[in-house]
Amino acid sequence: MEMSGANALIEALRREKTQAVFGLPGGAIMPVYDVFYKMQDLPSELSIRHVLVRHEQTAAHMADGYARASGRVGVCMSTSGPGATNLVTGIATAFMDSSPLIAITGQVARPFIGKDAFQETDIIGVVTSVTKYAFQPRKAAEIPQIVKAAFRIASTRRPGPVVIDIPRDVQQEMGVVEFTDQPIPRRYVPLPDPDPGTVVRMVDALMKAKTPLIIAGGGVKIAEASQELVALAELLMCPVATSLMGKGCIPEDHPLSIGVMGMHGSSETNHVVPSADVLLIVGSRLSDRTTGNIDKFCPDSQILHIDLDKAEIAKNKTPTISLVSDAKKALKAVHAGLANCLARKRGSPWFQKVKNDIDLFALEKDGPYLSAVRAIRLLRKLLPRETIVTTEVGQNQMWSAVHFQAYGPRQFITSGGLGTMGFGFPAALGAKVARPDVPVLDIAGDGSFAMTENAMATSIEERIPVTVVILNNRMLGMVAQWHRMFYGRRYSSVKLGRSPCFPKLAEAYGAAGVGVQDYKELSDAVKSALTSEIMTIIDVPVSPEENATPMLAPGAGLEEAAIA
Amino acid sequence: MISPQQEVIIDVLVDHKPGVLYTVSNLFRRRAFNISSVAIGTSEKDRVARMTLTMRGGEKEAVQLVKHLENLVDVIKAEIVDADKAVVRELALVKMAPRPEDRVQILSFVDVYRARIVHLSDDSIIVEASGDTDKIDAFIELSRNFGLKEVARTGITALSREQKSTESESQGNDVGW
Repeated sequence: MEMSGANALIEALRREKTQAVFGLPGGAIMPVYDVFYKMQDLPSELSIRHVLVRHEQTAAHMADGYARASGRVGVCMSTSGPGATNLVTGIATAFMDSSPLIAITGQVARPFIGKDAFQETDIIGVVTSVTKYAFQPRKAAEIPQIVKAAFRIASTRRPGPVVIDIPRDVQQEMGVVEFTDQPIPRRYVPLPDPDPGTVVRMVDALMKAKTPLIIAGGGVKIAEASQELVALAELLMCPVATSLMGKGCIPEDHPLSIGVMGMHGSSETNHVVPSADVLLIVGSRLSDRTTGNIDKFCPDSQILHIDLDKAEIAKNKTPTISLVSDAKKALKAVHAGLANCLARKRGSPWFQKVKNDIDLFALEKDGPYLSAVRAIRLLRKLLPRETIVTTEVGQNQMWSAVHFQAYGPRQFITSGGLGTMGFGFPAALGAKVARPDVPVLDIAGDGSFAMTENAMATSIEERIPVTVVILNNRMLGMVAQWHRMFYGRRYSSVKLGRSPCFPKLAEAYGAAGVGVQDYKELSDAVKSALTSEIMTIIDVPVSPEENATPMLAPGAGLEEAAIA
Repeated sequence: MISPQQEVIIDVLVDHKPGVLYTVSNLFRRRAFNISSVAIGTSEKDRVARMTLTMRGGEKEAVQLVKHLENLVDVIKAEIVDADKAVVRELALVKMAPRPEDRVQILSFVDVYRARIVHLSDDSIIVEASGDTDKIDAFIELSRNFGLKEVARTGITALSREQKSTESESQGNDVGW
């Protein structure tokens, strides 16, 4: 059928069952926005919701939050030039955490490409290092296949961002386009099933293990393999530690969960991991923040590594046995192999010892301010089990990693790899669009929140109610903590002062804002925020001196003494 | 098999389309691999180009580079070439401005290296030499005695001597993504 490139794009998105596009218009994407305009009169099942942002970075984070909360591809959109470059931080964030994101950017018209035209940026050149792939359709007729391919690439194997950069005249041109539900011929195929021989060797190693332990990463969430993970852990009666990205893939109140390991993991967890004789690592790339000093990482353990990206095997740590596979299939296969030869254990002395060593709640403390740690633990008690929590980056994130138990795989959303301040609030909005049925709350710091606070306008105008709890120490807290620990308290450019007053700022946007002075007020504020029709900011004063501890010094191995 | 810190040859088949060279070269740069030469040309299949890379490093790094390459959507196949079981060649064009009395001597050493004179004028000659890198290096070294002016080298290209299965026959015609 004949239609414009812009119409072809929207129709292709609709066929991929896109529910929402997060974006902001501009010159080079206007033909597509004209299609959005015309869609307003269609019934909702035929149209796509457009969520208008105030800065493109938040559009990318919203689409990313949407993807992480739902497991579906998130879509964001911008114009060329500055619109596209504003997306880059969000694209890089999604890339580091393997989140399926499609970023559609306008581009100057074909005759102007390469001429340094107004608002021209070579966005494909810019994003090549932080995308799985980037397309630039040169004809309207190419668009349906490209969109189909983009969704496939973004969401299969190891998910990641894909950019589609569409010249303005390609959006406008009429072309004969064909939509097919047939899969396009491709080399880019899903992975084969786990190699049976390798599975047998892994099963054998786990059978012989006396003190096995599982490290679960973000790959378990992506593969929707939480049930398989828990089943295997229960069969082995072995403890499960997670990376930050894996947090929640085993419910953290499960008896076998020993929490998040790594730079800010509890010392007990970090000490238990290297004492395992066999370490089964699933869906984790073993980042430096998870392993501590990699040269000192578990030298005496036999390492079994499962990852669907073969480039992650032996990239940071060479395993004894490796299996390139989707986590779900691999865990199922290993479980089946073990179940044949292993009677279900009733208990395990190893695990009893682990549990006796670890008391995750031994760290409670208090002070003149509200304690961030206590506030976060209180939040856990107040929030319904199915609540989705996002975090910003810094102390708020590490406090949450240690003290906020996540009960499900898509319920703890954080920028782990890139560490993007300003991610949590827009990601919360995206998550709420994907899951309007559950409460969504961002645990924020004052520094991070200020980076994308303009998304409050989107929250109000688009009626996306979330709650933001700002642990406000009037500092760039994590950097200040490093100043205290490693720089002789020389606080260089970390004091943020009294501005702004966040509750008043919330009011200016038409949101609810409340400052709390004690835990009772915090509790009341959270309860009322959960039922509010509009977003709420809860401003919690915490001490600028409170550290996110325990913490391994940079370069330290897991077993070394943490700073408490 | 491969000792640390030597030249490793990697054979890469890629979709022959715009932007592929950028994607591949960007990978070396961003992951800090030490690439010493890249040779690209068409292959036996339509829409498939062959890139021959040489990298300086050990086997571990080469294996890692191959994995990263194979993760690129436009890469069909990447593998380490076993130089002992492959034909490895590089072509060089060498321009010299010899003294008149040296011309005869040049002819004889060109012959020894099985090179060819492809341009001859009153004041310069251009010699085409091909072979492995050591041979080309030696030839260029010798040329310094005869008024060496300019050198252009293609970089290494290589083909395995083994009979390859054609199991990937259809791949070259599929859409890459």
